[in-house]
Amino acid sequence: MTVTRDYSLIGEDSRRAVETGLSQAQWYRTDVPRKRMKELMQRRNGPAIRDTLLWIGLLVLFGGLGVYLWFSVWSLLCFAVYGVLYGSASDARWHECGHGTAFRTRWMNTVVYHLACFMIMRDPTVWRWSHVRHHTDTIIVGRDPEIVAMRPPALWHIAANFFGIFDVPLAFKHMIIHASGRLTAQEAAFVPDSENRKTYWTARAWLLIYAGVIASCVWSGSILPAMLVGLPRLYGAWHHLMTGLTQHSGLADNVTDHRLNSRTVYMNPVTRFVYWNMNYHVEHHMFPMVPFHALPRLHDEIKHDLPAPAASISAAFAEFMPVLLRQRKDPAYYIHRELPDSVPAVGVSS
Amino acid sequence: MSKWVVVCGLDDIDREDVVPFEHDGCLYAIFRSPDDRYYATDGTCTHERTMLADGLVMDNIIECPKHNGRFDYRTGEGKGAPIRVNLKTYPTRVDDSTVSIDIG
Repeated sequence: MTVTRDYSLIGEDSRRAVETGLSQAQWYRTDVPRKRMKELMQRRNGPAIRDTLLWIGLLVLFGGLGVYLWFSVWSLLCFAVYGVLYGSASDARWHECGHGTAFRTRWMNTVVYHLACFMIMRDPTVWRWSHVRHHTDTIIVGRDPEIVAMRPPALWHIAANFFGIFDVPLAFKHMIIHASGRLTAQEAAFVPDSENRKTYWTARAWLLIYAGVIASCVWSGSILPAMLVGLPRLYGAWHHLMTGLTQHSGLADNVTDHRLNSRTVYMNPVTRFVYWNMNYHVEHHMFPMVPFHALPRLHDEIKHDLPAPAASISAAFAEFMPVLLRQRKDPAYYIHRELPDSVPAVGVSS
Repeated sequence: MSKWVVVCGLDDIDREDVVPFEHDGCLYAIFRSPDDRYYATDGTCTHERTMLADGLVMDNIIECPKHNGRFDYRTGEGKGAPIRVNLKTYPTRVDDSTVSIDIG
């Protein structure tokens, strides 16, 4: 029998997850001695300052070269790099600074968080609460607002979002709704009312900035201002979709063990710089307190208790793409993770 | 009315760290600050009841291990999203070799 999944955050599956205790459940965690975990959780400014200076420096360099060489093949190549730094690296910076783990100094997290939120077009308040829910109820149907590949998966929708085709218009629709002093019903399911005013004023400020960008394009008779602000969220989004899809796609839903619904993937150093080590995704979900720069060490510490990681991005895609294709007609189908013998899996997926 | 309970020895907690303490089915978090003072709060986060003793102590802040919610453990004050309710605190007393808290 096919089980229909209701991904609405105010629907039947949401209600059932709360009633059955699947929501806000206790999740499996690998035992790590407190002394070692304290070492791994330690906050440092150095790695994030280094990476942020490099990130901003590369944005200025490639953005500047793109403008200087406009319009030529070389300028398009420069913007291709700029786009990934703007439209994809911002996803990882939004994420890590939202957790407050990137920098030891609080205000540095806040500054980079707001800059990255603007670039990736995610309201800082709504998405902070959205991500809180994602960590509480990871891939719990009807509870997790950040499930990318639902069952059955909307593959054309996902593919189009490699260039922000649906995400960006949706972001502007939400900005207009927020600027008018409202949240969507789905957002209101996880954002406390007391936070709403921040969202409204952020949307108004962002719309003014984008109006300024459009006016600059009209005034200069060139698309160049938008190539620097706004459009990179379209032409540079592919990298964050590519890495983001590896996180949970094809794996179990409605379980309370991150080893069953999350995927760790070995990736090259350039991708790991853009993605800020979120390829260690089981580790991140199991221990969200561990900063990005310590995730490789955490991986070494607990890998004996985790499923084997995917050897590469292409290996991860080779694993989940056939599953997503099959789920179009058979939504109950998913990847059963092999766990180390010592520990039983927790939770049940249908 | 006061009800003092011995919770641990002075050296059972590292400086700038936290340990859990359970008594009569209630969970507490016992802190030792960088300047060698002892504090006590409820043992679970007010956001989603995660055990705070698994979290990270930085100066006078305890950060919850689940969603990184932050409290000043000296006063129990929440320090922003996702924390919306402050943490209950308890008086502490240090004797020659032990730490006690007043759960009365």
